Amino acid sequence: MSRLRLVKLSTRNVGPVSMDVNPGECVCISGASGTGKTLLLRAVADLDPHEGTAYLDNAECSSVTGPQWRRQVGLLPAESAWWHDRVGEHFNDVESSALEELGFKPDVLRRRVSRLSTGERQRLALLRLLAQHPKALLLDEPTASLDSANTRRVERLISVYRKQNRAPVIWISHDARQIKRVGNRHLRLIDGKLTSGRTR
Amino acid sequence: MNLVLLTPLDLALAALLVLALAALSLPLGLGIGKPLAIAAVRTVVQLLLVGIVLKALFENVNIGWIALMATVMLLVAGREVMARQKRRLLGWWGYGVGSVSMFISTFTIVILVLTVIIHPTPWYEPQYAIPLLGMMLGNTMTGVALALDRLTEGAWQQRAVIEARLMLGQKWTQAIADIRHESMRSGTIPMINAMAAAGVVSLPGMMTGQILAGSPPLEAVKYQILIMFMISSSTGFGTLAAVWVATRRLFDERERLRLERIKSTGR
Repeated sequence: MSRLRLVKLSTRNVGPVSMDVNPGECVCISGASGTGKTLLLRAVADLDPHEGTAYLDNAECSSVTGPQWRRQVGLLPAESAWWHDRVGEHFNDVESSALEELGFKPDVLRRRVSRLSTGERQRLALLRLLAQHPKALLLDEPTASLDSANTRRVERLISVYRKQNRAPVIWISHDARQIKRVGNRHLRLIDGKLTSGRTR
Repeated sequence: MNLVLLTPLDLALAALLVLALAALSLPLGLGIGKPLAIAAVRTVVQLLLVGIVLKALFENVNIGWIALMATVMLLVAGREVMARQKRRLLGWWGYGVGSVSMFISTFTIVILVLTVIIHPTPWYEPQYAIPLLGMMLGNTMTGVALALDRLTEGAWQQRAVIEARLMLGQKWTQAIADIRHESMRSGTIPMINAMAAAGVVSLPGMMTGQILAGSPPLEAVKYQILIMFMISSSTGFGTLAAVWVATRRLFDERERLRLERIKSTGR
């Protein structure tokens, strides 16, 4: 179990943002497009230069290398990217039970990435991230291109992962009902500042 | 010497061929007429100038003048590498990465070959040093320019892939490995192809020149083999160094991709 703590984190026109995400807590962030929700997640994952810092379990971001930090604080981008021909080449190991939970058969690993739909890629990108066992999750609209059945599957999988690993989760979503379903807290990003939304 | 001397009239006749090509491109709308004419004029002027300079250098053998000539050649090659890139590193890096890589690989190899293999007296005898350096620089320049162009363009276009790999905790060397391999390949393939086709498809220019000047063919062949090996190692090492330094520059100390360090030249 881990606690994710942001201290005066700011990047470009976003922040400074300070907040704690407790072990096993899911914080939902919403806000109009262009307010910098993605930029905020990129700063937390240390993908962009930023002011301020982030801690995981009281270990500061700068105390480990960039790759070590990003392996622990896993960011799922809104659009997934793939570089090998076949799905399986992107995975070191994946449990077939996780594949089934998202509606895939194990033979999906042998399929060509170019033949997959956007939604299939998005779900597989989530599995690819979870297979690395990150301690914290940063999710950038993880169900944006999914139908309602697959949205529920993804929500369930993330919820199970969060509770089993006591992982802190930051989840960007536009869908008020989804926020109600998955979030313990709801914050809005307005003009680069986080303000409290409705609490569940 | 059984060298047939060329008159200005001979060259004018050859120039007609280029003019004919330029004239043909006009009605076809190929748009190569003007650049072709400019390049042809540049060839004449630059080669005449270098001929005069070489004549003076050969008559006054002085290591200072040779070093000056070599420096000018390197600086022009560095500028050429920069100009051939669609996107290049900002600031001093755009010029420096290519120039320093070429300096290290070409100068080391030329000096090594002059002092260990050919050893004329003095070792910097301009009749050997300047043509050798020219051939090394010309080929290494092409390799470095191709590789760097491919690298910066690849990083620009595959930003999503590189960052996705970084997000999964890969090190910067893994995240850009594919693009780096492709850049190395595109930088060194022309040189490998030239070695593979040498003598079968094409008679290399230097060897042809020596034969035209009356050298026995086998002597010319030996020199050509030496030159080919020098060119391939110089191109290879220069490309390797340039790609290594440039990829490192694309990432910062936290191994973040920093594409704002590249700018488009709008070519």
